[in-house]
Amino acid sequence: MFTFAKAKLAAVLGIGRQCVALRALNGAQAVRRGFASSERDEEPSTSENELFDIIISGGGMVGTAMACSLGLEPNLAGKKILLLEAGHKKEMNRVPETYSTRVSSISPGSATLLSGMDLCSFLNVLSVWDACSDALITFDKENLQDEMAYIVENDVIVAALTKQLQTLSDHVEVQYRTKVVKYTWPHPYHVSESIPWVQVTLANGKTLHTKLLIGADGPNSMVRREAGIPTVKWNYDQSAVVAVLHLSEPTENNVAWQRFLPTGPIAMLPLSDTESSLVWSTSHQHAEELLQLDEESFVDAINSAFWSNENHSELVETAGSLFRMALSVLMPDSGSARQLPPSVAGIGPKSRVMFPLGMGHATEYIRHRVAIIGDAAHRVHPLAGQGANLGFGDVAYLTKVLSQAAFNGKDLGAMQHLLEFETERQRHNLPMMAAVDLMKRLYSTNAAPMVLLRTFGLQATNTLPPLKEQIMAYASK
Amino acid sequence: MYSKKLARLAFGLLAEPTFKCTLTRSVSSRVNAVRTLCSWTVCLHHRRKNPLSEGLTRLNVRTVSQTTLDPAEVRKFQAMASKWWDLQGEFAALHSMNDLRVPFIRDNLLNVHGIRQLGKPLAGLRILDVGCGGGVLSEPLGRLGADVRGIDPVEDSVRTAELHSSYDPDLRERVRYQACTLEELAEEELEGFHAVVASEVVEHLADLDAFASCCQQVLKPGGSLFITTINKTNLSYVFGIVAAEQLLRIVPSGTHDWEKFVSPEDLERLLESFGFYVEAIRGMMYNPLTGAWSWQQSTAINYALHAIKRKEEPQPGQVWPESENLDEPGRATNYS
Repeated sequence: MFTFAKAKLAAVLGIGRQCVALRALNGAQAVRRGFASSERDEEPSTSENELFDIIISGGGMVGTAMACSLGLEPNLAGKKILLLEAGHKKEMNRVPETYSTRVSSISPGSATLLSGMDLCSFLNVLSVWDACSDALITFDKENLQDEMAYIVENDVIVAALTKQLQTLSDHVEVQYRTKVVKYTWPHPYHVSESIPWVQVTLANGKTLHTKLLIGADGPNSMVRREAGIPTVKWNYDQSAVVAVLHLSEPTENNVAWQRFLPTGPIAMLPLSDTESSLVWSTSHQHAEELLQLDEESFVDAINSAFWSNENHSELVETAGSLFRMALSVLMPDSGSARQLPPSVAGIGPKSRVMFPLGMGHATEYIRHRVAIIGDAAHRVHPLAGQGANLGFGDVAYLTKVLSQAAFNGKDLGAMQHLLEFETERQRHNLPMMAAVDLMKRLYSTNAAPMVLLRTFGLQATNTLPPLKEQIMAYASK
Repeated sequence: MYSKKLARLAFGLLAEPTFKCTLTRSVSSRVNAVRTLCSWTVCLHHRRKNPLSEGLTRLNVRTVSQTTLDPAEVRKFQAMASKWWDLQGEFAALHSMNDLRVPFIRDNLLNVHGIRQLGKPLAGLRILDVGCGGGVLSEPLGRLGADVRGIDPVEDSVRTAELHSSYDPDLRERVRYQACTLEELAEEELEGFHAVVASEVVEHLADLDAFASCCQQVLKPGGSLFITTINKTNLSYVFGIVAAEQLLRIVPSGTHDWEKFVSPEDLERLLESFGFYVEAIRGMMYNPLTGAWSWQQSTAINYALHAIKRKEEPQPGQVWPESENLDEPGRATNYS
């Protein structure tokens, strides 16, 4: 078992990866992705100390992880990398006493990327169940030795990455409190008398040039907007309320609980023996009400959300129990003993926060000399805890692609290998996002047919270990 | 798009080539015969009469009198000098060939010299790119840390190359271009380079002997020579000339002259006679649908060759030194 809360902050990070091959770009695609630069009257020469090989715009979890990953990659040794962040430097010399409210669930795949960090808690079992019926599904890794996921505070991740970046300061530079006001894009083909690099104009008037711009600037990405990349997005009419919960009694807290209420899922993610993190997705109005409640009423609301049975209907209950009996005849071993979620006694001293939820997906992740990663490229509902993991997956694969391109002497901003990155990541991300969106819609209704459908589906899936293993394997990548 | 190709197919089968080469290696006047699929017998006839296949008459003869420069070829490339860096243009296949030839050069050089520096595997190595054109191959080699000199007789191409690399400070320092022929350079730079790269060049030269002799002069002992070119077979005529130039327009029509293609056996024999031993020959293939190159077993169409300059001069009566590469069977021939 880990020791929590007082654990020291280790700073070693990251793993580089090696790899793969390429494809030619056909003319139609090049034309579609080309765009004219807005300014033509630049000087043709660039002063040497302003040309970077890679600039990463946005220093959140994914942006900082990208900078670290590139900095540690041996084939990219000697390349000049710059990370631009509008906020200030997040430093942490020791883990703070209290947990902060924003946490992420890190899959084993992402954990490999971020390896070496002391983690605040680990997750062995994930239990998900429906408010409208008794259907329950439990993902557990009892038979396997590894953990399913890690729950880590976002601030801790960024601070650890920042510390690692300091050891790479010879070729990775970080500029904090730096805001970008304009991007100027190059021509996709060689035009004489114009600069072939991406130009980044900062608020302080300086202009930087780069051979490759990586946009990691969040769901309202400026890079994506300025590049004119069309995005498919919609707002869920939901906000998420996050808080840190104190449990009523210490317990072996390695289970994540998520209950699907008609208004949205409520999830409790373990942080330590006595504390958990709350993520409650619900309508905007309800979220605001929750924020206004005093501590006791808030705690009561949480407990009742987890325990009450008011949404059950007779029909669904009977159907559900009949189905369960049928399944137990077919597969008598399945269905572990039902664990119960812990009850909540209080909340952490830092106030509760809410933020709006939406879904977004950029139709293209790349342009000539540009790539977008993380929330800038894809944004999901937190119900599956996959948002950060998709971002870390982007980081790992883009590093692999750039490393191989550099080893082949290619221009880093060339479309060939960027296309390979885009294809591979879209193939991975889109099914995941579709599944999460489907789950959200499926569980947003009270109507009996949908409830029956998802009840049977959940119970059936719960009795099929191979299927559950497949789901866990896909989510752990 | 396909209707145009069909029309071209019809015309291509009937018409003469649009560009005629006036100077060729073989003195025969039968070179300018009508190139259609019906002239197989003509091709076969030419093959049998190829002077290079007539044995070891050129062993140990050093001739620098004839030049490698072919004025007709120079004119051809002059016309296309500005198009080198159009990735979807005439030279698209050369750009995608980098996926094969850069790893080929890099890995073979690393085998001989070992990794010099992380991030710059070819650091400290001097490489000569003969027939560099617009710098398509020189630039990746420069990015890998090598000190590259690119030469090409076509001045406009050299200027295009210089302009393209001028924006990148890394390349500006490491890649230099010069508009001259190999003979002119050989006079200045005796044994100056660790490697010479002649990619898609030998099929455009007037005199291969002069070329091999100059390569031998500019290379350090133990230095590497990398050549990629097209084989002289029926298959290379069908795919390399008819299909590539006339049907699919992968290369502009008239770029290649089948008479100037050289088979790997002939090339190997020639190089051996000039003091090289051929370490590797690999076949390459271009897929016109994906626009990508791949390695293949057969050298029937395109192939890449790696030769190493022997460290000692071959003398009659001497036992050949053991080859440096363990894969090559050791040759110990006694001349009594």
